[in-house]
Amino acid sequence: MVYALYGALESGLIYALMALGVYLSFRVLDFPDLTVDGSFVTGGAVSAVLIVNGTDPFLATLIGGGAGFIAGCVTGLLHTKGNINPLLAGILMMTALYSVNLRIMGQPTISLMSETTIFSKIEGLWESLQIDRFLLAPFESLGIPDYAPGTFLVILSMIVFAYVVKKIMDWLLQTEAGIALRATGDNARMVKSLSANTNSYIVVGLGISNGLVALSGAVIVQYNSFSDVNVGVGMIIVGLASVIIGEGLFGKKKIARITLAVIFGAIIYRVIIALALQVDFFDASDMKLITAVIVIAALIFPTWGKQFKENKKRFQNKRAFRQLEEKGEEENA
Amino acid sequence: MLELKQINKVFFEGTPDEKKALNGLNLTLQEGDFVTVIGSNGAGKSTLLNIIAGVLYPDRGSIKIDDKNVTYIPEYKRSKWIGRVFQDPMAGTAPNMTIEENLALALGRSKKRSLLKGVNKGRRHEFKELLSSIDIGLENRLNTKVGLLSGGERQALSLLMATFSKPRILLLDEHTAALDPARAELITKITKDLVEQHQLTTLMVTHRMDQAIELGNRLVMMDAGQIIFEAHEEEKKKLTVEGLIQEFQNIRGSRFVSDRTVLTS
Repeated sequence: MVYALYGALESGLIYALMALGVYLSFRVLDFPDLTVDGSFVTGGAVSAVLIVNGTDPFLATLIGGGAGFIAGCVTGLLHTKGNINPLLAGILMMTALYSVNLRIMGQPTISLMSETTIFSKIEGLWESLQIDRFLLAPFESLGIPDYAPGTFLVILSMIVFAYVVKKIMDWLLQTEAGIALRATGDNARMVKSLSANTNSYIVVGLGISNGLVALSGAVIVQYNSFSDVNVGVGMIIVGLASVIIGEGLFGKKKIARITLAVIFGAIIYRVIIALALQVDFFDASDMKLITAVIVIAALIFPTWGKQFKENKKRFQNKRAFRQLEEKGEEENA
Repeated sequence: MLELKQINKVFFEGTPDEKKALNGLNLTLQEGDFVTVIGSNGAGKSTLLNIIAGVLYPDRGSIKIDDKNVTYIPEYKRSKWIGRVFQDPMAGTAPNMTIEENLALALGRSKKRSLLKGVNKGRRHEFKELLSSIDIGLENRLNTKVGLLSGGERQALSLLMATFSKPRILLLDEHTAALDPARAELITKITKDLVEQHQLTTLMVTHRMDQAIELGNRLVMMDAGQIIFEAHEEEKKKLTVEGLIQEFQNIRGSRFVSDRTVLTS
């Protein structure tokens, strides 16, 4: 149970990069981009193949992200230059990428068990710093060593990584170009009348979005020591769930706040899944159904809540009015 | 300055719905001109603005800004020289962004957008001063999302955004039509002030004859895609609403049929 939660924290931090990408396309650009299902795998596939062939894992991860950037740009071009509906452009790319990913990998799965990954690379430095011993000490002294994870390596390094990505994104979205990018998703007609090419903002924006998604895919592959061509199915919903949970729980007022909320959302999503899997009734294969239900609930409940409040107000108003009328009748009588 | 020559634009060409929106239109604006455009619905006023702004391309004819042929330059490039305010108060601003971010966006019209911070201390100060100049209390709400502003406030902000980076030409598309009379009056006043302050060459489309007569140094009346009447400086100062309607009847020999024109004059 405890291990499951630490596992959820670890993978949540990695998936947070993907969720940030989805936030960029869905929320900032207002572009429901389904390329994600494909580009997530592309990032993993490219980095896995490179690592197996002896490339430095950090470089391999970056190139994986770059591959996702290109995929996102192609989706953007399909939409802007080809005038294809955003949803359809994404679905087309997602479908096409499935074959591309198989081509890249050459087989449906690649194992990285015996390869050097970014995590095994950090491990050397990690052990020399002895951070684990320092962090595990409180657990020992409290007499609950069983509640400690085996190592804080993944957690701590991913916190740093996610934080750096978040900071870059915060900065980017507040630059002059970033403001134009956000306005493109908010009021495209106005942006054109203010001398900005909305088409290129959409293309680059989707590129960055899918670049982040692929980066996340590349890290996940190394975390799992395993690359699978089917791992991207339903990824967009996972990302969307993270964004919605994050926004719902931590607010969406300022950019810096939202990006942090999205990261937390990704972690909480993983925790929910981990807890759900603790229930005997659920199998790992039910995960997608659970995810869909989470998203549906997160979409429906806020509107139902509003409706409920509205109804309550009407009811109170009616009652107050009736009482007033009755009073008037009494006085008349 | 701005030169339109023999502009033709036909919609739905070759179908029963064919409509000649502009029919051999010629119009030249001198530096500093403030031209008001009136005409009944379907006269081609909006098409004219869209063609100048580059939203639509003409079927025939040429458009020059500062002697540069811009006929087929796309809207997003042309808007470097053109400021525009739309009729719909929602159209000119980004609702989910703050006032200062909207202004920063407008600042990027005339120069390339960089990867430097869009709103910094110096700019915030500058924006504050700008907003105080229109005096409707927006200067203390720099961090308010524009979607929370009223229609009049949004239109005032749009106007400021369209003008403060000093475009070569300002296009106003019935920008007071969606507001209540008091707000419309206020926006008209701000328009007047900003145009004078920045010495902008302006083309304003309006439905209200009194407004067309009050503002600007030239008046143009359009019908069926052509300019049918023009009044300059002195001539314009003598115009009255009744006189204009009379003028239209003399030229067209029919009653001026825009109900809105009659209602609001």
